Amino acid sequence: MGNSNFKDGSSLEDFGIEYAPAIESTSLVNIKDKYGLFIDGNFVDSSSGKSFKTLDPSTEKPLSVVTEASSDDVDRAVRSAGVSYEKYWKKMPGADRARYLFRIARHLQERAREFAVLETLDGGKPIKESRDVDLPLAAAHFFYHAGWADKLEYAFPQRKLEPHGVIGQIIPWNFPLLMAAWKLAPALACGNTVVLKPAETTPLTALLLAEVIRDVDLPPGVVNIVTGAGETGSAIVEHPEVDKLAFTGSTEVGKLIHRSAVKRNLPLTLELGGKAPHIIFEDAALDQAIEGVINGIFFNQGHVCCAGSRLLVQESIADYFIDRLQKRIELLRVGNPLDKNTDIGAINSLAQLERIDQLVKAGIDEGAEVFKPSCSLPENGYWYPPTVLTGVQQSHRVAREEIFGPVLVVQTFRTPEEALEKANNTPYGLSAGIWTEKGSLIHWMAERLRAGVIWANTFNKFDPTSPFGGYKESGFGREGGMQGLTAYLKNSGGHS
Amino acid sequence: MTGKIPIAKTYKLFIDGAFPRSESGRTFSVNNPEGELIANVSQASRKDFREAVRAARAAQLSWASRTAYNRGQILYRVAEMLESRKIEFVELLKSIGVNSRSATREVEDSIQRWVWYAGWSDKYSQVLGSVNPVSGPYFNFTVPEPTGVVGIIAPTEPSMLGLISRLVPAIVSGNTVVVVSEGQSSLTSVTIGEVLATSDVPAGVVNILTGDQKDLLPWMVGHLDLNAVDISGISPETDLTLLEETASNVKRVVSRQVNEESLELISDFLEMKTVWHPIGR
Repeated sequence: MGNSNFKDGSSLEDFGIEYAPAIESTSLVNIKDKYGLFIDGNFVDSSSGKSFKTLDPSTEKPLSVVTEASSDDVDRAVRSAGVSYEKYWKKMPGADRARYLFRIARHLQERAREFAVLETLDGGKPIKESRDVDLPLAAAHFFYHAGWADKLEYAFPQRKLEPHGVIGQIIPWNFPLLMAAWKLAPALACGNTVVLKPAETTPLTALLLAEVIRDVDLPPGVVNIVTGAGETGSAIVEHPEVDKLAFTGSTEVGKLIHRSAVKRNLPLTLELGGKAPHIIFEDAALDQAIEGVINGIFFNQGHVCCAGSRLLVQESIADYFIDRLQKRIELLRVGNPLDKNTDIGAINSLAQLERIDQLVKAGIDEGAEVFKPSCSLPENGYWYPPTVLTGVQQSHRVAREEIFGPVLVVQTFRTPEEALEKANNTPYGLSAGIWTEKGSLIHWMAERLRAGVIWANTFNKFDPTSPFGGYKESGFGREGGMQGLTAYLKNSGGHS
Repeated sequence: MTGKIPIAKTYKLFIDGAFPRSESGRTFSVNNPEGELIANVSQASRKDFREAVRAARAAQLSWASRTAYNRGQILYRVAEMLESRKIEFVELLKSIGVNSRSATREVEDSIQRWVWYAGWSDKYSQVLGSVNPVSGPYFNFTVPEPTGVVGIIAPTEPSMLGLISRLVPAIVSGNTVVVVSEGQSSLTSVTIGEVLATSDVPAGVVNILTGDQKDLLPWMVGHLDLNAVDISGISPETDLTLLEETASNVKRVVSRQVNEESLELISDFLEMKTVWHPIGR
């Protein structure tokens, strides 16, 4: 648990108040001993009989056993999606597709707390985030896209719109249910059927979503969910009857998928990594900017592709700002993700923890100074304290590579031109943040930043109506909004 | 009496507003359908390609930061230049075997296509962009922006309408381009370059390389400073595994067989940028 120090260094204990955890109950979650693959409307075993464990990263205790889909299983799933596309989904009027999506949205709202707790157990994110961000947004995403299903011709007049057919979708472990919603809702609204693979460390909420999909009587095979790791993903990517691929994950894996798809002229959208600049000008509303920076990098343990991981602070306020930031970090609670007070939960996996640790060590070796708060970390589970690296040069690995953890690197600038130059000096281009009270400067910066999402005087805001996606090596295609529909409709323009 | 012997044109590359020969010193010959030599055309090398990308990159930001109205004016002016050289283009197409009627039609269609795309300069962002009704006190809007520097393999047939149909939708939004044109279509492409050189299109916005697409495609797909490639014009025999290298910097790869006016060809080279700002007192 974090030591709850106030700005003056005092703690709750000094006032005679003991810290009292507020643990969310897990009683409404019923985790099965074993989960099958969701193919053609049923939960089935793998042809290979293989399975793997999924665990709670905050305790390292196994939660359940999940079936590993072989290439034969993926083949079954793709065929089911193909049959279902021809038999049900292609023929169904948009208004009816909409009704199924509305039903899914409602079920997610009704079972929101159960989903939130499961998400936190399987992935390690704080319950206040899964409860207040992941779940409401996932439901909203289905609601928003449900309404599009019978209005697509209004979005793209004068086009011969057509779904692609069977979509292969591969999603990451940082927002497991929300990414499933981002992928499924527009694909289904546009009339496609889907084979979706959740990440191997966080399969449980996607499998619970499969139950919802069955409960709402979606025709069998319209959505198939196959669990597994890289090999299962490859089987989807390489399957000749998949008509389009959509991937969210690392730039490294994204490039492999790009290679595979481009030589077959297979439609593809990619939402990849980022190294977002978070730019603070001297005239910014500093109290709010501090909160924005904290949220920007520590939201979801920094396991966020659009995290504001590179703080660019104007030289005139740099010392003051960094000092304030460190004091604020001292107040963050790191620990049990189920505690409603927790700000920073568990790192998603051992592999990710090792990667964060290795990159931070590389940063220190290259000359960065490191700040970590005085909080203690739980003994079991995967934990990394909120960390700030100062004295970072543009050439340092920590300034260039995505860390995907609660680690902020700090650089300074003098002029808007210099901020812009540093901000754009990256192969990534997913998001960027700007804090200033000067409106013309916001627009000047926003116009020149090479990134798909710009947050001005705010950060890490998401909405189903708001297109999300990257420039450059952060991928192509958008998710959300009218523009996001182009990924799932032929002849609608945009990247698809 | 002197002056009766025609002066033949030397067909050179078009890079950064100038007409250099290939640094390789190589040329290839273009013949008419009777097999008679029309011209020796510069054959671009890898180094020429890199020079062209450098020029296109250097020109991109300032081209994109002109007002949409200004880009529209400049592109409309190109159509005026094309119109004034209509006869030359008809003759050129005839020389490479297009019949007279088709040649006239192709030139007229090309000019119309240029005007059609030029007119989109200050409209596509209103059609493709949006203000988004997010659930919260935020002003949120999405605007399209140019992808950056685009490599285009020009379709060989029809040579004039084909190139113009890929070129104008890419540059109207503020992208700059490097075009690779091969075979007989090189003559049309270089002549379009000559039109651009006498227009107000800034140097480097359009760069045209003549040569062998088989030679240049590997450099195009692998070049880390190209943001996108339009491969719609590649020959059907091309080994598509070559395209794998487009993954090296996550290039946008467009392969769209569209031979009519199309807003999609503009959106192929756009990135959607979404901006959030709180609303409050």
